Amino acid sequence: MRLVRIIDWILARRVGVTRACAAVLGVLVVLDAIPGVVHKEHAHTAVERLPGFWAVFGFVGCVVLILASKAFGHAGIMKREDYYDE
Amino acid sequence: MSEFWLHPSLLLLVGAALLPLVPRPAKKAWLLLIPILVFARTAGLSTGNHGAVRFLEWTLVFGRVDGLSQVFGFIMALMCGVGTLYGLHVRDDAEHVAAWTYVAGSLGAIYAGDYLTLFLFWELMALASVFLVWFRRRDGSNAAGLRYFLVHTAGGLSLLSGIVLLGRETGGDLTFGRLDVAHPSLAAVLILIGFLLNAAVPPLHAWLPDAYGEATPNGSVFLCAFTTKTAVYALCRGFAGMEILVPLGVAMALYGVVYAVLENDCRRLLAYHIISQVGYMVAGVGIGTQMAINGACAHAFAHILYKGLLFMGCGAVLHMTGRSKFTELGGLYRRMPWTFLFTLIGGLSISAFPLFSGFVSKSMIVAAGFEEHRLGAGYLLMLASVGTFLHTGLKVPYFIWFGEKRCSEETWERAAEPPWNMMAAMIMASVLCVFIGCRPGWLYGMLPHPAEYEPYTAYHVSETLLALLFTAVGFFLLIRKLAPEATISVDLDWFYRKGGLLVLRCIRGPLQAIDDWVGRWYRTGGLGSVRGSARGVAWFDGRVVDALVDGVGGAVRGVGGWLRGLQRGSIQETLLLALGLATVVVMVGFLLLRGH
Repeated sequence: MRLVRIIDWILARRVGVTRACAAVLGVLVVLDAIPGVVHKEHAHTAVERLPGFWAVFGFVGCVVLILASKAFGHAGIMKREDYYDE
Repeated sequence: MSEFWLHPSLLLLVGAALLPLVPRPAKKAWLLLIPILVFARTAGLSTGNHGAVRFLEWTLVFGRVDGLSQVFGFIMALMCGVGTLYGLHVRDDAEHVAAWTYVAGSLGAIYAGDYLTLFLFWELMALASVFLVWFRRRDGSNAAGLRYFLVHTAGGLSLLSGIVLLGRETGGDLTFGRLDVAHPSLAAVLILIGFLLNAAVPPLHAWLPDAYGEATPNGSVFLCAFTTKTAVYALCRGFAGMEILVPLGVAMALYGVVYAVLENDCRRLLAYHIISQVGYMVAGVGIGTQMAINGACAHAFAHILYKGLLFMGCGAVLHMTGRSKFTELGGLYRRMPWTFLFTLIGGLSISAFPLFSGFVSKSMIVAAGFEEHRLGAGYLLMLASVGTFLHTGLKVPYFIWFGEKRCSEETWERAAEPPWNMMAAMIMASVLCVFIGCRPGWLYGMLPHPAEYEPYTAYHVSETLLALLFTAVGFFLLIRKLAPEATISVDLDWFYRKGGLLVLRCIRGPLQAIDDWVGRWYRTGGLGSVRGSARGVAWFDGRVVDALVDGVGGAVRGVGGWLRGLQRGSIQETLLLALGLATVVVMVGFLLLRGH
């Protein structure tokens, strides 16, 4: 099946694809910081005008969500699968 | 009695009633024909109040068609078609009958012009939907369905009490309209509780992941669309601008995300994300401006399609492999690549990627929040977006189709693309998700208020891409932390699943001790003490029991009098009787199914 071959092709070039993605991310951050490209009059608050604000927000938000949720879960929320069967 | 008005729900109910009589070769054609007729009827409805029926001292309005009800009616009828196509291979007529009756309840509630009609269809929804859980026919689903039904009965009772009190307040006017949200009366609060329970607002939410994770693959596709979004419609209608809904909505959006991190079952994870996404809509209703209400409606519309698509993708995996836990799946892209692609489209839509449907709907609510200077709400909703992409856009596709192959040989062998009808339904939903994302004008044109919102500004696109793509960076850096664990997460359903048992266990010890003590005393005390105690019992009977009986009798009389005061006409009795009968029907159904 062709779709499988496309996925295999991407997976076989993991390092190159990762580098390409990183490059795209870099370009996006730079573009976001150029006032002529992204007009920030649509921004709702002052902090959003800082270059790369939403990139930092996304990354930090993701890390905080994972760590905080897992800590919450391991504090007694996550139980064995047969917990309710006892 | 006004002119006959063909209610789309009536079409569905008649279609469902006749389905068992349709001969097997024509069954599939019937299953396709009825939803098409229902969709055509719904899309062609003209605005106005139709189908008014005199009933005792009330006028029931079955067909209030306006901008708000039409956008919800349209998407519900559309989803009915997609869902039925997805379940076309199901040979059990009863499952189709339950699904269509459930949709009929939802459409009936949406077009209801008064609270009594709303209540009637509201209960029909609860009653029909529980069978979609029970038809999975395993112990877990039987118990989950019963819990689901009991919780919804409680919600229905709250709604009914609210309606009765409202009728008393307004002198019998039960038109389903906006209630006084600034100074809500007891009636409004009770109605609100009924709505919030169906919208799965914490702490009234635990029924949702409990039941949706246990339903049949086909049943979950229906369940994920109708109950919560009908409740969103009811909230838009009755409680627009109610302040408390903003913090509740934001809390919901984050609550669902946190539990989704912990979840090991992909369908329960998706169920937690329903809570999260409905949170946006509830917050939008709370903000209450025209733009926010438009956003809530647009998001409900988009949500029904992409969440249906996600449940179809995960349902296809469950249907083919019999597995839905991340710890029992993984690496399946070679076996089910197209299912992966469609699920990914659902994931990108729910995450609000540019060119996908969530992008043009979710941002309306967030933007309305920022415009009203609710900065905290705006940022927290953005954080929930990050969490949504993290789980539904990344975790679900990655741990089912990529990553370590954790499935058994048998699961691997069974895994293959699902039957053509499931694929066709997923293609339909995918196309619609992309179409709405690329041509938002089509959706905006259906919204109840004039929409002057442009999602594709350079800033909005850049903001979204940066936030989401850097979430992906975080995901791949912390992927070890996210590795699935074979656990379940305790939620507030603990109180009725475990709390009751603990109380029982706590009192069992002392009760046993008392019983032992009485037994010993009886054996050693002999006849004399029995005579003595008989005298004691006679005295106890004469004084204490009689007094108790008299007291209870008095209390019952008092409550009866209070109830009489509450009643205006016999409608409450009729409704209660109907509810009681419905409960009996469901209990009988439950007992019969348990026998399988």
